[in-house]
Amino acid sequence: MSATAEPAVKTSFRIRDVEFRNRVFVASGTFGYGDETRDLIDISRLGGIFTKSLSWKARDGNPPGRIVETAGGMLNSIGLANIGVHRFIEEKLPKLRTCGTAVIANIAASSVDEYADVLRLLEEQEGIAGYEINVSCPNVKEGGLNFGTSCERTGEITRRLRPLTNRPLIVKLTPNVTHVSEFARTVEGEGADAISLINTLIGMSVDVRTRRPRLSTVTGGLSGPAIKPVALAKVYEAARAVAIPVFGVGGITSAEDAIEFLLVGATAVQVGTMNFVDPGISATIAADMATFARAQGVRDMNEFVGAVRANPDASVIQSWL
Amino acid sequence: MTMRHELARVITSREVARGIIRLAVRSPLIAATALPGQFVNVRVDHRSLYPLLRRPFSVSRTDGEVCELLFNVVGPGTERLAAKRADDTIDMIGPLGKPFCLDHEIGTAVIVAGGLGVAPFPFLTAALEKKGARILTLLGARTRAMVIRDHLTDVRVATDDGSEGLKGTVVDLLERTLSGGQTPNPKIFGCGPTPMLRALSAVAAARDIPCELSLEGSMACGVGLCQGCPVERTAGGRKYALVCTDGPTFESTEITL
Repeated sequence: MSATAEPAVKTSFRIRDVEFRNRVFVASGTFGYGDETRDLIDISRLGGIFTKSLSWKARDGNPPGRIVETAGGMLNSIGLANIGVHRFIEEKLPKLRTCGTAVIANIAASSVDEYADVLRLLEEQEGIAGYEINVSCPNVKEGGLNFGTSCERTGEITRRLRPLTNRPLIVKLTPNVTHVSEFARTVEGEGADAISLINTLIGMSVDVRTRRPRLSTVTGGLSGPAIKPVALAKVYEAARAVAIPVFGVGGITSAEDAIEFLLVGATAVQVGTMNFVDPGISATIAADMATFARAQGVRDMNEFVGAVRANPDASVIQSWL
Repeated sequence: MTMRHELARVITSREVARGIIRLAVRSPLIAATALPGQFVNVRVDHRSLYPLLRRPFSVSRTDGEVCELLFNVVGPGTERLAAKRADDTIDMIGPLGKPFCLDHEIGTAVIVAGGLGVAPFPFLTAALEKKGARILTLLGARTRAMVIRDHLTDVRVATDDGSEGLKGTVVDLLERTLSGGQTPNPKIFGCGPTPMLRALSAVAAARDIPCELSLEGSMACGVGLCQGCPVERTAGGRKYALVCTDGPTFESTEITL
């Protein structure tokens, strides 16, 4: 803490009626239901938490061989293991209501009807700030990525859910498509309030001694620092295509990483894989972003959003040394 | 139970057998609250993104403010951990997971360890001694030089090559020991490679002896966030338990290996 009075940096932003405290969120599937790591982080210091994906019924998830570490990242094939929306409402939501930050329920489903059913049930509950629609899980056979890689299906789900709520509706997009901007435009056209991207990239790893895939489902989702450049390019593409806010996700490990996402057009970010490594890191990133902004003479985080300059910086090589 | 995030300082690092390291670190918060069977999740270098994920290790023993870890060098994480010297730091989260259950009366605690599976047992031995249980320790190793017997009680050995003790597996040794009739009211505590634990569970089931196993699992977080370490349950509502938060200790009858 500095003793000198420094000008406060405005970190908050708004989607519909919801005011979010700052720009740092924890990504769905990387922070459970918010109660696992209370010893290690004060989650009221976050902009909000995106819950583990919720489906109508509990899901067991995939067999062992769910996690593989790779260079600068990890592959996962969890298979949307979750306790189901009913138990979430009974057991987790009461605690989340008092956690001091916005709770965004991530919804995964294998049919359009199931998405609608889960959302309608959550809509009756207090303490949910908004919804993130997972149309892009690569690890379940039915639904999941089948929705997310079809622009038409992604649009259909958004169209179906939009009239069911006045809360913020965020659609999480997959990078496993040719032009993510088409998907961004489509969901914006169907009334989504924001998009988040990227979900994991499809990846694979093989044990050369046993000649077997390391994941039980053969392929899985790649996340972590390794995917950050891909994520930045996708966020850049999508943010230029739409007017709604973008949550930038993919390989964020520091405040500088987060600012990089803001510069290419993200309004806010989600920290994912690094929560596994350091459950307290998202709060640190939020604080460090404010410090960085002050050092830059920035008074409102919004000044960073989309502020990437047109001309590349050829001196960048110096920062590698 | 409170988990702590602590930057621990290395006190000593010793190679106790070829490729097997015993690392003693000063970690007052974790050492003060850890129980036998629990583990710590270690980030080898908190300033580096490589290796990215933490590595889980059983707490092998505590002594005041000191935690001991026992591990073998199998990859980039343990390689770097093995290179740590006094005054280096490691970043630990712990204590994690469910400890061994010592609530019931135990006549004879039969500890069965395969290879590096010996790791959690010095800590358990200290607790069992406090409880006044009789302890019998069966160690399996490839060869005599790989037997690690410090801080254990009444050790018997089986080696693959017969260089010490019984030539055979530690489960063979267990069968003989149990047949000897010198183990009244026994409870088995097992840790080791999965095929060994499978054989151990079968022996325990055949003889109707309570048996608690300590499992390993590849996990990213160690605290239940990533859902990466499932183990199949034998019964009950959920198909899988998580090694990190439901375990790493399980009754052998709870799970299918």
